[in-house]
Amino acid sequence: MAFIDKIKQLEPDKKKSPFLHTVYDGLFTFLYQPATVNKGGVHVRDGIDLKRTMAMVVLAMQLCYLFGTYNIGQQHFLALGIHEGYFEAIHLKLLFGLTKMLPIWIVTHVVGLGVEFYFAYKKGHAIEEGFLVTGALIPLIMPPDIPLWILAIAVAFAVLFAKEAFGGTGMNIWNVALVARVFVFFAYPGEISGDNSWVAGLDYSNGQIVTDYGGSGWVMGLFDKLWASLGWTTFGPEGVVVDGFSGATPLALAASGGWEAVSQKYSPAELWWGGIPGSIGETSKPLIIIGALMLIIMRLASWRIMVSMVLGCALTAMLFNTWGFNAYMTVPWIYHFYMGSFFFAMAFMATDPVTASATNLGKWIYGFGIGVVGMIVRVMNPAYPEGWMLAILFMNSFAPLIDYFIVESNMKKRLSRV
Amino acid sequence: MNKTNYRVVFPTLLVILFFETSYAQTTSDTNSILSRLILVAIIVLLFGFILLIAEKLLQIQAMRSGEKDISAYSIFPQIRKWFHKKPNAYVQDAPIHYLKEGYDLPLNGEPEQQILETTVSRYAVNATDFRGLPPIPKVVVTPGQEVLAGDVLFFDKNNPQVVIVAPVSGEVIEVNRGEKRAISTVVLLADKSIRYKSFLPFDLGTATREQIVNYMCEGGVWPMIIERPFGIIANTHQVPKNIFISCFDSAPLAPDLNFVVRGKATEFQKGLDVLNKLTGGKVHLGLDATGSQPPSEVFTSAFGVEKHWFAGKHPAGNVGIQIHHIDSIKKGQRVWTLGVQEVISIGALFLHQRHEADRTLCIGGSSFLTTGYIQTYIGASLADLTTNRVKENSRLISGDVFSGLQETSQGYSHYFNDQISAIPEGNHETFFGWALPRIMPSVSGAFPNKLLGDIKFDADTNTNGEPRAFVMTGQYEAMLPMDIYPQLLMKAIITKDIDRMEGLGIQELAEEDIALCEFACTSKQPLQSILRQGLNMIQTES
Repeated sequence: MAFIDKIKQLEPDKKKSPFLHTVYDGLFTFLYQPATVNKGGVHVRDGIDLKRTMAMVVLAMQLCYLFGTYNIGQQHFLALGIHEGYFEAIHLKLLFGLTKMLPIWIVTHVVGLGVEFYFAYKKGHAIEEGFLVTGALIPLIMPPDIPLWILAIAVAFAVLFAKEAFGGTGMNIWNVALVARVFVFFAYPGEISGDNSWVAGLDYSNGQIVTDYGGSGWVMGLFDKLWASLGWTTFGPEGVVVDGFSGATPLALAASGGWEAVSQKYSPAELWWGGIPGSIGETSKPLIIIGALMLIIMRLASWRIMVSMVLGCALTAMLFNTWGFNAYMTVPWIYHFYMGSFFFAMAFMATDPVTASATNLGKWIYGFGIGVVGMIVRVMNPAYPEGWMLAILFMNSFAPLIDYFIVESNMKKRLSRV
Repeated sequence: MNKTNYRVVFPTLLVILFFETSYAQTTSDTNSILSRLILVAIIVLLFGFILLIAEKLLQIQAMRSGEKDISAYSIFPQIRKWFHKKPNAYVQDAPIHYLKEGYDLPLNGEPEQQILETTVSRYAVNATDFRGLPPIPKVVVTPGQEVLAGDVLFFDKNNPQVVIVAPVSGEVIEVNRGEKRAISTVVLLADKSIRYKSFLPFDLGTATREQIVNYMCEGGVWPMIIERPFGIIANTHQVPKNIFISCFDSAPLAPDLNFVVRGKATEFQKGLDVLNKLTGGKVHLGLDATGSQPPSEVFTSAFGVEKHWFAGKHPAGNVGIQIHHIDSIKKGQRVWTLGVQEVISIGALFLHQRHEADRTLCIGGSSFLTTGYIQTYIGASLADLTTNRVKENSRLISGDVFSGLQETSQGYSHYFNDQISAIPEGNHETFFGWALPRIMPSVSGAFPNKLLGDIKFDADTNTNGEPRAFVMTGQYEAMLPMDIYPQLLMKAIITKDIDRMEGLGIQELAEEDIALCEFACTSKQPLQSILRQGLNMIQTES
């Protein structure tokens, strides 16, 4: 093929310009699967490789991306009291969501891939595609209004200290996307907790809460011209939020008033289908479950971790129901699944194979532990309304220990058989 | 408590809790219902425990009376058995080892059951096929010398009794030496009809073990025995714990051993009789319980041996897997393994007093124009076997596509191989190879293979991706039906932790067992070579 030969001619010399060579190698392997053949072992290899695996995981998240982008707009307009129906003004909601989502996505990937490229060049190996999934996850777990500079610092911190410092793809102990979020959580808590962070585009500084398009107002104006010409609804002038507006997520409501407080504002169907404030990707449970099923069918994510996490969460919630110590504990156990980011954490965060236990029995224990610890943090800890981020990072620290004991027992059993 | 009991107890607990929370905040009237439910649950659990104890006592009694198959004595129904397919009639109620893990790679070019008439004029014996032979074995022939089938070619300097003999009669054409003058191959130009060296008659009934070993060494069949762990030439002085023979080959494009052993029943039985005298334990045969036809009469009517049935996908036919399920290799033990055609050669030596190195090779693979079986001898020249039969730009493999050795057309069939595979070379780039949906063999579900039903692949030799660190977990365990954690074992070998390697069971593995894990590896790691490094480390240590 003439085209590929032209590309091969562009290859920079490895010794003279190693950084450019790394970049060239990354782009070449992005476009083409290399012509290397198997030597010295098996002669035929499975068609799956890490690139395809990561691409499939990213694909599984795309429904969440779509809905999350739409939901940013939906929550914004709900706060203003206009376009309240789900199917009203979809174009406005999607565009508004994109003005929030695209900068986050771009910043995440530029910063993260920049750090990855640098380390690949320094260590002399190929650019590894582990970051594709991390880069797809981070936008989905951030609040929509997060300042981009905070996001950049968080991503750089996570990739540098949680991944590259340990040796790169396959060597990290903690889930990289969660480390990014936990950095924002502890360093800039105002951006990621409380009632004011989860509905985008609102300015809380003056007495009345008004819309605030930030730096992307020009996009609205541009598209308004397009839509006026097509005859569709436009963004219109800036608005004021309705009376009685609260940006509280269902979890914040449950923490203060139990299930009654939640069910006053949201019905279980709304909680399930996802038209509620929250992190960008976590709200729509059916779409996440579709993504999870896709990964299970393709044998790319472990069903054991998912099932055991559900069991752990359910059991702990049932125990809390029996205890009934405070209002939060009386939320019926089934509704704990409806609120918060349980399903997202289960489908995409807990099942990260590098940070989870390696043995099958270990996966059951690991998932169960996440379920239990997550519920404890959510219900019993007044400082954190949601517990999955901390629970997963906690169990990530224990995953090697779980494997250690399982392997020790396997080894003892073998050596004692003499 | 075993796995099934966990699966009963845990949901029961869950059900109790569920009911409890439903009634947790209700009035005291319904509390009595709750307490009655808990009472019922406790009684059921107690009853279950009593049944468990009774079952264990029954099994202890069965063990004391010398019964082998303990799991047949069980009060609880064997729920697993309900989900298995009904075993084939020819198994006749013998216990079957069901192996869940594994993968059958469906390749195009299955060898047809036909004999292809081929004349092979050159044969070679390669010293590197024998592990445990020092790098410079002593060669006793020179180019130009005439040899008979059974004449010594080279021997082990450390143990001169162990000799490698000529498979055919003819003229020695080349004695190739590799690095540092180590012997690599001795090439023979065969006579039109084989002339054999005659050995003295041997009475198996009255012979001692030492006499049998000497006769086998003299007859050149000793190197046909492979000793595990490490896969080396068997030690002439030590008695192995058991001898294992796998009577079916589950590798892709492998020969049908039932077809290969037709008419060789007496030689096979004689070989088994010889092996029975050499082992400290038993001779075990591994038979295929999944074939549509019963295994050959040669196997099923063999006596003096223990037969074991296996049902599962590849690598169920690997002798290493069968050893693990019959009587696994413990630390410090040795076992011997042989192929079916090697047993026949041993039997032929004792029956006909000559070294018969006949092999029925099968040729298969999508790069062969015709496939089938060729009756030839050990070490046949690939050029003669594959003239006018192979397509362009293909890879010739002596062995199967997982653990065979790559050969050029100037190469020779290796000593222990009974198949030649040819598959296309994948030395071309593929545009967006990792993103576009393709038709490729894969263990994962990320390809649209299931939608196409029973499809066979023209797999090529491309790596299909670049090597990466270990990322996915559970992949290797799903390909290896043994109680071993392969990924952790690989990591132990890479970090050179010998105690951990031994504890994780490296002695039970050979390259062919881990080859399917290497096929399925997402990170394209060279598992077979890592395993060999680990085995070498342990061998040098002991």
